[in-house]
Amino acid sequence: MTISADHTAPDQAQRLPAEDAASEAVRKFGITVEDYMLPARHQIQMVDPEGRLKAEGEQGTEPGHEYPLPADEELLAAYEQLVVGRRVNDQNSALVRQGRMAVYPSSHGQEACQVAAALCLSAGDWLFPTYRDAVAVMARGVDPVETMTIFRGDWHSGYDPARHKVGIQCTPLTTQLLHGVGVAHAAKLRGEDTVVLAMCGDGATSEGDFHEALNFAAVFHLPVVFFVQNNKYAISVPLAHQSVAPSLAHKAVGYGMAGERVDGNDVVALLAVLDRAVKLAREGSGPLLVEAHTYRMQAHTNADDATRYRQDSEVAEWLAKDPISRMKTYLTGRGLLDDDGAARIAEKAEAVATQLRDGLGEDVPVDPQELFRHVFSVPTPQLKEQSAMLADELARDASSEESPK
Amino acid sequence: MSPTITTSSEANGNVSAATARAAASAAATFEASGPQPVTMAKALNTALADAMHADPSVLVFGEDVGLLGGVFRITDGLTKTFGEQRCFDTPLAESGIVGMAVGMAMNGMRPVVEMQFDAFAYPAFQQIVSHVAKMHNRTRGLVKLPMVIRVPYAGGIGGVEHHCDSSESYYAHTAGLKVFTPATVADAYRMLREAIDSDDPVMFMEPKKLYWSKDLVDLEDLRVQRSANAAAGTSSEGRAAVARPGTDATLIAYGPSVPTALAAAAAAAEEGRSLEVIDVRSIVPFDDETVCASVRKTGRAVVIAEAHGFASVSSEIVARVQERCFHYLAAPIRRVTGFDVPYPAPKLEHYYLPGVDRILDAVDDLQWEN
Ligand SMILES: Cc1ncc(C[n+]2csc(CCOP(=O)(O)OP(=O)(O)O)c2C)c(N)n1
Ligand SMILES: [Mg+2]
Repeated sequence: MTISADHTAPDQAQRLPAEDAASEAVRKFGITVEDYMLPARHQIQMVDPEGRLKAEGEQGTEPGHEYPLPADEELLAAYEQLVVGRRVNDQNSALVRQGRMAVYPSSHGQEACQVAAALCLSAGDWLFPTYRDAVAVMARGVDPVETMTIFRGDWHSGYDPARHKVGIQCTPLTTQLLHGVGVAHAAKLRGEDTVVLAMCGDGATSEGDFHEALNFAAVFHLPVVFFVQNNKYAISVPLAHQSVAPSLAHKAVGYGMAGERVDGNDVVALLAVLDRAVKLAREGSGPLLVEAHTYRMQAHTNADDATRYRQDSEVAEWLAKDPISRMKTYLTGRGLLDDDGAARIAEKAEAVATQLRDGLGEDVPVDPQELFRHVFSVPTPQLKEQSAMLADELARDASSEESPK
Repeated sequence: MSPTITTSSEANGNVSAATARAAASAAATFEASGPQPVTMAKALNTALADAMHADPSVLVFGEDVGLLGGVFRITDGLTKTFGEQRCFDTPLAESGIVGMAVGMAMNGMRPVVEMQFDAFAYPAFQQIVSHVAKMHNRTRGLVKLPMVIRVPYAGGIGGVEHHCDSSESYYAHTAGLKVFTPATVADAYRMLREAIDSDDPVMFMEPKKLYWSKDLVDLEDLRVQRSANAAAGTSSEGRAAVARPGTDATLIAYGPSVPTALAAAAAAAEEGRSLEVIDVRSIVPFDDETVCASVRKTGRAVVIAEAHGFASVSSEIVARVQERCFHYLAAPIRRVTGFDVPYPAPKLEHYYLPGVDRILDAVDDLQWEN
């Protein structure tokens, strides 16, 4: 690693890259900085809940907020992942009921967001998911059983973040956004064109790290796409208790970045908006914020009772906006999907479900000595003592089981 | 086009102007040969510069660490020497600083971040406890976080509230963090280099009242020692030091309390009592061997720390020594620590801080025969 250019002490008067990016956008799109940064007046929606492609003038686009329709192959690939994702969600919920998994925060209903978050990235890019984003992690190519290790309960994370360029599924809300910022910053210092997509929920936008991450990304002008799945609730608390901003996407302007709202159950619009956000970030726009409107169709986790805080009628309303059925109608209408194609995709989904049942169905042997192995690169003398103590305890247990009193 | 740091396998094949300048400036530091009076601040500064020179993935950032060189000047000149890309100011947000460092460490860098003062590191606590400390374990060692969090800590400088906390116990209590604290100028250099070399995250606790303390030190010699240790695969990492040998009782101290313990030992010597002083140096991992060898030899011990005594590093040391050395002890182990009160206002801090007299009183209490 070498430093390829000379450095000078910071020049207070020098233009910041963020300023250049804003004026470049203004020049390119012929709009004001405010119009560039503020989300379009309406959420971007391309395919309506009935599966009809909307007329161009009705998609919510505006000058500077224009989105071309994604290519057919991308849409078909996305549809396949949607079907797989739904099957995974429902299989996992069943495995929890059978006691095979400790807990599962399902993204049932949010699969379009999950799939688009993974598909918009290139191989060298990074994804930073939350506990709810297992389907996105899988869509990025991580093995299904490795993905679910965290919920199976035999270790915390089952996959190698560096190999897949996927952060570990993060529970302390929005802390992972800063890790995404750091990964992007390191890549930028080395001159790599890595883009990071970092995910969080609507409630999580109240956390301090949400603010710190967006601000750091903006100040250091980093290629990070912040992707908020607004599913209307943080466990039981509706969004109105978190924020009275006009929308979560409006928060972008306060950091000097561009924001956009999109129908989070329309995978076509999601891909269009996220693909463009990733492209802009890679070209040097700095960070962007995308808010997707979606709905968590099931309880927060299996341990939650959603009937205590929301109406069945609301759930029914969102059932009609299902991301998968609408996509099936659209693709079938376009002649891109027929019965054979649908059957082939269903088979693939079933194969993944089988993989999960097999992988999670057996008891995985745990190694108690592993408790001590990974705390540090090399165990401290104290950890060695404690590991010997546990080994001795287990050896005594084993021998007393063998020799009847 | 903004300057970039590029990775290259033939790192030495392409020495840039900035790197050459760094080398020149590092060399200038050692113009004078032989032991010179050096402050702890200068030793830390030199350790950072040497580490940045040796490894382009070492980055320094925090609040006011750039142009200003940090409020204690520990990062003085680093931006000028290594460029804004490698030593830079961040927005004022400690969780952001540590969280971004986590991501950088995940992606090939070795960040060294500065918390401006002990009590201002608390916004980063979530990142430190939930991610910095746990990432290696939760990924079964697949993700290493070679990062250092420097914390100027403890009191004795007449600081107003929130500028004098002894926060080491919070970090020592957290599994997965190494916690180092130097008490001498030479150790400041050696231990900061070790911390930066470590593949595990290190909380580097700098006793701020010792920043301007001076020792006669040959920095060039420390560098040579370091290279020799590296070549031989030996290191003093994780080891306590016998700061003053003695035979009658052991004073166990770390960081800001080491000079106080040494002063107490010197005073005791005048009264004919020979006290051994152990400088813990590395709180995590803890060097039971060196500490217990001393206590077994002397049979008596006093633990000294500025932090509140309750549920602290000092309580841990007493517990460990008692468990391992009970049959060698002539008296219960005593502690001289800060009182269990919030750190006092400047005019009251001398009542609070462990001082020579209080240490000697504790030594007198160790059930001597005559
Ligand atoms: C820092 C922190 N505080 C509280 C929690 C407990 N918690 C887990 S999920 C959650 C709700 C988050 O809601 P939202 O961000 O909207 O995401 P969603 O679960 O709806 O996907 C809460 C409060 C946590 N994980 N981390
Ligand atoms: Mg939510």
